[in-house]
Amino acid sequence: MPAQKTRKKLPPFKILSTTAILGYGFPESSFRNGLKKKPDLIAADAGSTDPGPYYLGAGKSFTNRLAVKRDLRLMIKAGLEKGIPVVIGTAGGSGARPHVDWCLDIVKEIAAEENLHFRLGVAYGDIEKATVIRALKENRIKPLAFVPELSPQTVEQSENIVAQMGVEPFIKLLKEGCQVVVAGRSYDPAVFAALPISLGYDPGLALHLGKILECAAIAATPGSGSDCALGILEEDSFILEALSPERKFSPQSAAAHTLYEKSDPYELPGPGGLINLRGCSFEDIGQGRVRVRGSRFVPSEDYWIKLEGVRLTGYRSISVAGVRDPIMISKIDSILRAVEKRARDIMKIAPEEGRIFFHVYGKNGVMGELEPVKKASSHELGIVIEAIGRSQEEADSLLAVTRSALLHHGYEGRLATAGNLAFPFSPSDVAMGKVFEFSIYHLMKIDDPYFFRTEIREL
Amino acid sequence: MPVNEKKRHKNRKRNILQVARVIRSKNSGPFELTLDIMFKDRRHFELFREKKIITARKIAALYRISETDILKIVYFEPSQAVKITMRRKIPSGAPGDTDTYGAQQHVPLFDIKF
Repeated sequence: MPAQKTRKKLPPFKILSTTAILGYGFPESSFRNGLKKKPDLIAADAGSTDPGPYYLGAGKSFTNRLAVKRDLRLMIKAGLEKGIPVVIGTAGGSGARPHVDWCLDIVKEIAAEENLHFRLGVAYGDIEKATVIRALKENRIKPLAFVPELSPQTVEQSENIVAQMGVEPFIKLLKEGCQVVVAGRSYDPAVFAALPISLGYDPGLALHLGKILECAAIAATPGSGSDCALGILEEDSFILEALSPERKFSPQSAAAHTLYEKSDPYELPGPGGLINLRGCSFEDIGQGRVRVRGSRFVPSEDYWIKLEGVRLTGYRSISVAGVRDPIMISKIDSILRAVEKRARDIMKIAPEEGRIFFHVYGKNGVMGELEPVKKASSHELGIVIEAIGRSQEEADSLLAVTRSALLHHGYEGRLATAGNLAFPFSPSDVAMGKVFEFSIYHLMKIDDPYFFRTEIREL
Repeated sequence: MPVNEKKRHKNRKRNILQVARVIRSKNSGPFELTLDIMFKDRRHFELFREKKIITARKIAALYRISETDILKIVYFEPSQAVKITMRRKIPSGAPGDTDTYGAQQHVPLFDIKF
């Protein structure tokens, strides 16, 4: 391509990633060190599906409001003062409209308190049910591994359906002069990669750098999710640099991060294509810095985005108790089976109407069915009794009956006839509210990567 | 094989804990669990890769799951690591799940002998 040979060489593009998840915090000293490097972009990813389906379904953030406000205040003030764009992805933890609006409220509060005026870009990641159902009819939906095929009923039952947006909505907002961008559900690297890709940097390198920076200093050693990291993107490689003296990047730490939370470290799929790392090298260039080369972006024929959605599956109540009696511990499985049967008989509740789970810590509370050690050898057991009903009231009563049945169950050989459980708390039962489960984790083919809704607001 | 010899043969086997630097588990999305083993040195990484010590069959036996529940096993040179990705019995956070993040499901790997 002769055009490339004659064009001007791109200068290093510096990206300051503040924290692994907005609200996890970062030391001000590291942030100041990052600002001294004159970054071209300040960005943070604010979300994850890791905390489970509840937060997406309930429209609540799993991060703390004051902590998010503290992080955002430092980032926005510095960004506006120095003319550096500030980009936030997957706002509010799950990136649906209630989460984005929650984050926007915080941004507006900061602007009012600090008397700041700027152009704010907003990108929503919500996908309407009708859009998904139409795509389903047009054969533009496919499940990810181990996920059931999607049906229109499942779509109808699902709440807060979002899709991971790629770099395009960010590029659009940044080109329109937004100084701060807050986006809904986003592909994690997009907040870091969008601006440099729009300036002509290699998308493979930019996205791979984004993949690492989205966890900030987790990829350094010692790793930390609440410390800043700097990425320097060049024409043919990128450099990772820690921003506090206690940490450094090593080829091992950077490469190890490429494995983290992914199914295949060589091919990382995302909106519109995948990052291929087969030719990738990690080189120690001294002073705790690592240079990475060879990451390639391979565009796919069609543009697929990942949908996420959850559905309400009931209401939960729990009770926590301990068991110290060795006779009871030796018979715990048969006792719990008998207690569940008793509770169901009393309540006349079938398994599909109300569910009872015993989480038996000291036996298999952590691994459940996967636990290879079958016989509990602990001298005490912790039991979390969990009931899920069709309403909170139903869950509460199923739990109460199960708890009292277990407390007074007369198992064979019992000596301790006054009670089987030690309750650490009064009240012993806690209503936990709605229970969600992931119902949509599918890819959807779209024609236009800019189809996500964007808005510009002047603050 | 006589019992004594069998025992001696068994004793010659080494445990993965002697050669691994990291053994961990984590969600890879809500429907998959991914296990990483990073080796302390190149030699053992290559030994495991060449001798195919980690197979879907062995992992299925350790976790007592079906081989079809194992999505892939990938050796990753830059980290001297092998990654195993499997189906989550219960998706993250759904009723009956015991480990939302999937971060404490790695221990059966401690029993790998070679």
